[in-house]
Amino acid sequence: MATDKIHVKTTINGRPEEFLTDPYVSLLDALREIVGLTGSKEGCLDGNCGACTVNVNGRIVDSCLVLAAEVDGQKVETVEGMASADGLHPLQQAFLEEAALQCGICTPGFLVASKGLLDNEPNPSEGRIRHWLAGNLCRCTGYENIIKAVKKAAENS
Amino acid sequence: MTINFESKKKYNVIGTNPIRHDGYDKVTGRAIYGADVKLPGLIWGEVLRSPYAHARIKSIDTSKAEKMDGVFAVITSKDIPINKNRSGIDVNLKRDVDNILAYEKVLYKGHPVAAVSAADRNTAKEACKLIEVKYEILEPVKNVDEAIAKNAPILLEDIEADHLGKTVNNTNIAKHFRHELGDANNEFKNSDYILEKEFNLQMVHQGYIEPHNATAHWDENDHLSLWSSTQGMFAVRDLTAGFLDLPISKVTSNYVEIGGGFGGKTKVYLPPVAAILSKKSGHKPVKIIMDRISVFQGSGPAPGGKIIVKIGVTNEGKINSGAVDIKLEAGAYPGSAIPAAAVCCLACYNIPNIRVDAYDVLVNKPKSAAYRAPGSPQVSFAVESVIDEICEKMTWDKIDFRIANASKEGTRKPDGVLYHKIGFIETLEAAKNSDHWNSKIDKKDKNKIYGRGIACGYWHNGGNRSTVDLILQDDGNIALNEGSADIGGTRTSISMQVAETLGMPVESIHPSIPDTDKIGFTATTGGSRTTYATGYAGWEAANKLIEEMKKRVSILWEEPEEEIDFADGNFYSKKSDLKMNIEELATKINPTGGPVTSTASVNLSAAGNGFGIGICDLEIDPHTGKTDVIRYTAVQDVGKAIYPQYAEGQIRGGAVQGIGWALNEEYYIEKDGTMANTSFLDYRMPTALDMPNIDVIMVEVANPLHPFGVRGVGEVPIVPPLAAVGNAIKDATGSRIYSTPMKPRKILEVIDNG
Ligand code: FES
Ligand code: FES
Repeated sequence: MATDKIHVKTTINGRPEEFLTDPYVSLLDALREIVGLTGSKEGCLDGNCGACTVNVNGRIVDSCLVLAAEVDGQKVETVEGMASADGLHPLQQAFLEEAALQCGICTPGFLVASKGLLDNEPNPSEGRIRHWLAGNLCRCTGYENIIKAVKKAAENS
Repeated sequence: MTINFESKKKYNVIGTNPIRHDGYDKVTGRAIYGADVKLPGLIWGEVLRSPYAHARIKSIDTSKAEKMDGVFAVITSKDIPINKNRSGIDVNLKRDVDNILAYEKVLYKGHPVAAVSAADRNTAKEACKLIEVKYEILEPVKNVDEAIAKNAPILLEDIEADHLGKTVNNTNIAKHFRHELGDANNEFKNSDYILEKEFNLQMVHQGYIEPHNATAHWDENDHLSLWSSTQGMFAVRDLTAGFLDLPISKVTSNYVEIGGGFGGKTKVYLPPVAAILSKKSGHKPVKIIMDRISVFQGSGPAPGGKIIVKIGVTNEGKINSGAVDIKLEAGAYPGSAIPAAAVCCLACYNIPNIRVDAYDVLVNKPKSAAYRAPGSPQVSFAVESVIDEICEKMTWDKIDFRIANASKEGTRKPDGVLYHKIGFIETLEAAKNSDHWNSKIDKKDKNKIYGRGIACGYWHNGGNRSTVDLILQDDGNIALNEGSADIGGTRTSISMQVAETLGMPVESIHPSIPDTDKIGFTATTGGSRTTYATGYAGWEAANKLIEEMKKRVSILWEEPEEEIDFADGNFYSKKSDLKMNIEELATKINPTGGPVTSTASVNLSAAGNGFGIGICDLEIDPHTGKTDVIRYTAVQDVGKAIYPQYAEGQIRGGAVQGIGWALNEEYYIEKDGTMANTSFLDYRMPTALDMPNIDVIMVEVANPLHPFGVRGVGEVPIVPPLAAVGNAIKDATGSRIYSTPMKPRKILEVIDNG
């Protein structure tokens, strides 16, 4: 089943990246297995859990539903790109302070999705946050602390 | 042995909310979960699963798959070492091993029949398709009624079932046992009012977001290293060693972070399969990740079943008799949550006459696994619905009636065990005084109908074995090793108990979870046992460390040990004014005999019984049946909340799972016995949009069996929601739904039929 690999030139968390991929490989698998960024998680591989959420050119996407070859020439941001040399992103800090994670497997997806919201809407209402995050499943927390953390981060940034 | 503790009122560390130790790794994407494990030369495995719910395997031809480019090995159950001598295997181990790779028969859709290792995941998947399996399809057994019907197809042809002490063959009832207290059958004669109802429940899934996974490396020296998402790395070691006929010392189970379990990651599915593949692939490490469909079809649902409850009361408002018949779906192999269900069903109430008949029933669905307070939500749905109906019929206040009948110290549970100090009445009082119970339902929309329900729940919580090691480091900090999988903050809740004992800030304690070779046996994280039992071991290890440090202080001060006191992190001389804190001692300790370490292992038999109450307000659209929880309050006796933010988080998360179970979640089974809704789209778990904020009221009636009063928190909260939601639907519509899930179609039915 040998297929020709595709050469992908992209930007991941602000840094240029190049890799070769089979055409059928998802962005999630490319990030995890080729680039070596395992912060984005696999929960379902069918677009229903949001654990794999990343940001492509300013839009949040389920990376399990995007082909790796599609991000050629695009800008990809993952959870690994959120903290800076100055420390955690306000969302990350708020998630810690508000106990917005229990097992933590959904956390990278929620963080990237929440950042996607706050980047465009600095002061979302609770209803707006709940609506925005309805594509991300968390089975541990019952969501309340996640919503509180996003509100807190909005206030602090 | 049981020591009784006085509860102390003031703590420095316990009851605070520090940032959890593993938090930074988990918000930055650095934390290593099972799927993130990378090893040199890693290859991938995949499992081929049965497309049928019930079938006999006629033949398996692996030759085409073996020849495919990139494939290393193909295995079936014949390759499992203990299957070489089937007659010699203990029956329970045989059932477990048949569940990981089917032998002769497949018993549910998704039952593994073969596995492949290949250079990459995709090749492994493709190779699975080349395996040719011939089946003789058998009639599936889809529920408990079909299982016990005359001439039902039999799942396990070699079964020797225990029915009230008699051995029975050719049955799908894997076990029938009974609890009796007093004389339930005759006592119903003295009841002034008796209500009997039948309830039916569908299977549900724990729904952890991280799928099962395993990485195994079987090296040339026959040493096996495992990494897998599990609530119990020791259970993975022991079961895998058992299947592979290896001594446990040849198996190392490594700790990796776990993305949710809720009881479902107490079973072992993939590690032995990955291990055999590793050995057969030239000792390369092999990783397997279960896809989501297989997680639903092939791993741990919680049992559905049929429950009949009969409760008799006197005109004075006392329950005098209770009888419960429980038939739970074990799935394909024996071992549902029936033992716990048989105790939990009537555990909330002081009932002099009790009969419980409990049946573990085999059906062609995946082998059921624990799910948060296993067995209790199902039976409590039934019992708390009947209690609600009795209160309405007799016009009794729903909380006062429960207070009048509540279990307390000295009450016997259905299995005859006496309660020590418990906090159920205090919890009921707290519910009665809560803002929620004392305010009206917020009826915002006149096109909707509204209702309120209340229900109680019980879980006994677990004890068992745990180990904690402490090392005083030269800078005065403490390295802590423990063996409990941390699913949501237990590294910190254990460290907090050590910090409290040592009089140190929790930031000075550095917890790690090493592999199974580097820490004493610690039982699986489950049964709400970790903060209780591993915390207890931490407290004991800290006390041992203090004793050892006192010896060193006595050398330094040249004073006898008995003259040295320890309080709040400081050593004092009783006769002079010498004083030293732990940090200072650490810098001076080496000449007194080298590093100071301690270890403590416990095996706790009893834990603290936990009780909870749910108050639920619902808004129902009478035209569509869409139902929203608009307010929910969870009240629970936690004994002592060590790490309140995370104790509350457990309660919220449990309540939301219970609400999902009540309203939406089910294994929707087709006529051919297979599950129709195997994705998160169709298996509809609550989203952020579906849930209101959950008010949590924690009651602290200290558990006398724990130094800080801990009872265990995680499981009770999933119990009350099912009946609380059902009772609220009754309140809103005037009709009751006697089955789960209480989905829109059923709600419309009761509205239309009055
Ligand atoms: S893994 Fe992509 S949405 Fe679940
Ligand atoms: S914290 Fe476990 S799924 Fe969200």
